[in-house]
Amino acid sequence: MEQKLVALSGNEAVAYAFKQALPHVAAVFPITPQTEMMHKYAEFVANGESDTEMILVESEHSAMSAAVGASAAGARTFTATSSAGFALMWEVVYIAASLRLPICMALVNRALSGNINIHCDHSDSMGGRDAGWIHLFAENAQEAYDNAIMSWRIAEHMDVRLPVMVNYDGFIISHTADALHMLPDDVAYKFIGKYKADYALLDVENPITVGPLDLTDYYFEHKASQLAAYPRALEVIKKVSDEFGELTGRYYDHCEEYMMDDADMVMVMLGSSAGTAKDVIDEYREKGVKVGLLKIRTFRPFPFDYLSKVLAGRKAVAVLDRSASYGGQGGPVFMELRHAMYGQQVPIYSYIYGLGGRDFDLHQVETVIKDLQKVAAGGEMNNVNLLGIRS
Amino acid sequence: MSVQMTEIRWHARGGQGAKTAAMFLAEAVLEKGKYGQGFPEYGPERRGAPMRGYTRIADAPIRRHCMIEHPGIVIILDPTLLDSPAAAVTAGTGEGTVFIVNTTETPAFISDKLGIKGAEVHTVDATGIALDTIGRPIPNMPMIGALLAVNDMMTVEELKGALVTQLGSKFSQVVIDGNLNAVDRANKELVSA
Repeated sequence: MEQKLVALSGNEAVAYAFKQALPHVAAVFPITPQTEMMHKYAEFVANGESDTEMILVESEHSAMSAAVGASAAGARTFTATSSAGFALMWEVVYIAASLRLPICMALVNRALSGNINIHCDHSDSMGGRDAGWIHLFAENAQEAYDNAIMSWRIAEHMDVRLPVMVNYDGFIISHTADALHMLPDDVAYKFIGKYKADYALLDVENPITVGPLDLTDYYFEHKASQLAAYPRALEVIKKVSDEFGELTGRYYDHCEEYMMDDADMVMVMLGSSAGTAKDVIDEYREKGVKVGLLKIRTFRPFPFDYLSKVLAGRKAVAVLDRSASYGGQGGPVFMELRHAMYGQQVPIYSYIYGLGGRDFDLHQVETVIKDLQKVAAGGEMNNVNLLGIRS
Repeated sequence: MSVQMTEIRWHARGGQGAKTAAMFLAEAVLEKGKYGQGFPEYGPERRGAPMRGYTRIADAPIRRHCMIEHPGIVIILDPTLLDSPAAAVTAGTGEGTVFIVNTTETPAFISDKLGIKGAEVHTVDATGIALDTIGRPIPNMPMIGALLAVNDMMTVEELKGALVTQLGSKFSQVVIDGNLNAVDRANKELVSA
């Protein structure tokens, strides 16, 4: 199979990936930096390349409501948003997951206000981490494209039936022209498969009720059944990723391990910053410094077992968060990771970086590596640190 | 750092096509088996406001996603930015940095103005060429033509091939021919110190 090498922005790449699933419905409302993705998709529809029904709504709350309605009716459905748009979807985001609707959504990560900022951080996604969605993160346009292709298989799998959020960094990935390999339409669709809703509102022969009043009698049981889906989702994500790897040569797991085999010191992060860190790691490896990178791709469900195994016995770990948990101790990824490491004597430090799109540059990676060298040698440092901030 | 790549910073004003050029160049080099990454710096998006764009070109996939701190090549689409402290066209530059400036002034004059010791300064009247050939003062494509006079990332013919693909579906033959002419002329009319 020939995979075409193209240069596309992350937004364009994800628009193509969604188109290749032949979705029935898209719920559309613009917000920077997501807008360009749906703009591209609207072009496909206008040019007759896609027959997706685009529902133009008046807010993100309505966008997610329309997605829930369409998905419950039995349609393969997607939407996209960023930042404040995601925040406005809030209550319906929970409903999508609770109703076990396999909606796919591009979340083009952007800071939340205030002050008003259009640039990248992961506050939007982290705010929705307990809503019940699967969160996948990408390092570049290729991974955003690949995750978007795989998202349907994961969401629609009968062991899962949960909505999937395809996260990619606003501007840094969404608006950067980047080289990537794309699957031919027929190959992509064959991999994704035809969608059949097993319980569809529009299946009038088999009437069902969706979202009724569910009080003290059965609500808890429904939540228990939902909770049971997340360990299965981890297995399905791995299985789908393996199959995708066999098809494309691009293999994914819940994390990517870079220079990890003999690494004493490890940096953990999500998203585009991992690529920048790899370049600096190469340089330190040339100097004989045993530093590695663990890039988390699946943030929800959180791969606790995977992480606790792979980080066991390391001398020092730095977790870099592109969001803050105000009043908490360190960033959200740090808190989860340290929890995963409970009972192990591995020193773990939190760094908050890149809020509001602050450039994550090579120097910042060096700062972290030098800090790790210091503590690995028995030195001390603060548990929670801000990276790349004016002093 | 250990990765070998060409890093270009574009300075322009909103509306001059620097974003398009920065991203188009990243796409055009794919045909050469190279990898490209192109992105603008987003701020207030308005016509006439100073803006920057960035392009990286390498023989291997480009992993880093940070801003370009020390560009090897600086392309300035609007000469009035030379006088703008906010545009900071010389930031991160030094000995060996290649400047390509859209201006009717001489390289010696521009070199003096930039004041970077050991920098390599080239000039071209890209706006004049664009007005002659395309009929509009959009200097972005001629500046890529000029770039190829001092860098061998691809040939002018390869650039023109990519340009036909890029513009083919959107513009009339007249506009395409105008851009091809502009690229050719700027490539030949670049003046070096």
